[in-house]
Amino acid sequence: MNAYEKLKTARQSGRPTSAAYIKQIFTDAIELHGDRRYGDDPAILSGIAYLGDTPVTYIGIEKGVDLQDRMKRHFGCPEPEGYRKALRLMKQAEKFSRPVICFVDTLGAYCGDEAEERGQGQAIAENIMEMSGLRTPVISVVIGEGGSGGALALATADRVYMLENAVYSVISPEGCASIIWKDSGMVEQAAECLHITARDMQHFGVAETIIKEDPKHFDKMCAALKKQLERDVDYLSSLSHDMLVDGRYKRFRKFGIYNEEEV
Amino acid sequence: MDNILHKVKKKIDDVTVSPEETVECPGCKTTQQKLKVLKNNMVCPDCGHHFRMSARTRIEFITDKNSFKELFDNLSSIDFLEFPKYKEKLETAQKNTGEKEAVVCGTARIGGIKCALFVMDPRFIMASMGSVVGEKITRTFEYAEKKRLPVVGFTASGGARMQEGVTSLMQMAKVSAAVKKHSKDCNLYITVLTDPTTGGVTASFAMQGDIILAEPKALVGFAGRRVVEQTIGKKLPDDFQSAEFLLKHGFVDAIVPRSEMVKTLSTLLKMHVKG
Repeated sequence: MNAYEKLKTARQSGRPTSAAYIKQIFTDAIELHGDRRYGDDPAILSGIAYLGDTPVTYIGIEKGVDLQDRMKRHFGCPEPEGYRKALRLMKQAEKFSRPVICFVDTLGAYCGDEAEERGQGQAIAENIMEMSGLRTPVISVVIGEGGSGGALALATADRVYMLENAVYSVISPEGCASIIWKDSGMVEQAAECLHITARDMQHFGVAETIIKEDPKHFDKMCAALKKQLERDVDYLSSLSHDMLVDGRYKRFRKFGIYNEEEV
Repeated sequence: MDNILHKVKKKIDDVTVSPEETVECPGCKTTQQKLKVLKNNMVCPDCGHHFRMSARTRIEFITDKNSFKELFDNLSSIDFLEFPKYKEKLETAQKNTGEKEAVVCGTARIGGIKCALFVMDPRFIMASMGSVVGEKITRTFEYAEKKRLPVVGFTASGGARMQEGVTSLMQMAKVSAAVKKHSKDCNLYITVLTDPTTGGVTASFAMQGDIILAEPKALVGFAGRRVVEQTIGKKLPDDFQSAEFLLKHGFVDAIVPRSEMVKTLSTLLKMHVKG
């Protein structure tokens, strides 16, 4: 599959959403609502559950299953309240030394007027900054679309996994096409130029692990994902908090390709 | 990340002027002598419109005389994705601005107090953030942390630089982590939002200051106006995403006109000098 075909696959309706992964991977999940500031964003599903024997905090961007559900959830485009709910639960996880598992699946943060009024940029900025210093392990799994800052706000993590056909991008290929070629029809070329596939993410160091997809055997795929999560949670939990945060700093510190002249 | 670059490019104001040159004020649409505008801190003498400023002009205007020492100017961008038209864009921007990249960093004194400084230059590909912009600002925070200096940052940006793909997105996390580290050591960070601050820069270090100031009428937002209008299916009011709009909704501490900027920054820096 080329980048465009992967993009279409990642967006396909009927593709499992965060709710399906949460149900399949965790046990005894208890959903927790609200940002304690303004409201509760249905685009973010979050709570506490067991990963094997370990209590974890889960946070997933939920696109919804049928049209009505999808509309309610803004098709998985979170509002500032969603990001603030996520941060509240991450801070809570830090307090109780619970690992945080995020599922990312969004075209991007919601672009409404009220989202701007309530500080969409500020909400994302705060999540990214606070996650960089969070003293508990964070693992993010991009299960479909990783759309720009709205995805990074749940993916400033110690480990990032990409599902085999998931994509991650700084801008939607449609947006990119309309800026570069003034033609949103050039999506295929834009997707290619932007390098958005799981393999690209591994190449650039944005993701450590690619999870093989098997649409016919969702349970098996989730079992493999669960195993990987348990392995990484075990390892990351064995590190001191300082080592963990330091490792996360270094993980993001390395990004950047540029020329450096000698001084 | 909506990149509004193509829409605002036409409004950029060149600051290299000869006395007889004139310019149309985007605020009141009158014709103004460029030199007069320049002498008035790039503010329209009639309506108070704050023209956009190059990074160097800004530094000259804000810092104590001869106190600015540039840092990290040895970094330049590479078209590592071989992205359509990126190389040409970089070359044109370099030629038109005389800068290597969209941010100028260094140390300086403001009102006699030493600080680290970064100033973004909207003339350079709308100060979009790629590897070099992210790296220079990150190094500025790391340098300031080591030397225990406050950071003053003037933001302006169309957002992350899509020509560098996901690597540009990661700059948001890289800079944010450096801001956090600098902050944990009880160091001060003041951001000044200038026209236009949007996209991934708004959604990272622009909104992470201990104190967030803005220039009057500066455009500050996350999503572009057109994208928001398309999403909600209606026209937005003129003041949407203006500095005043942000002040009203609680996202900036104060709007500071350019004539008051040096005084305000000096006072704030002085109040945070460690004893």
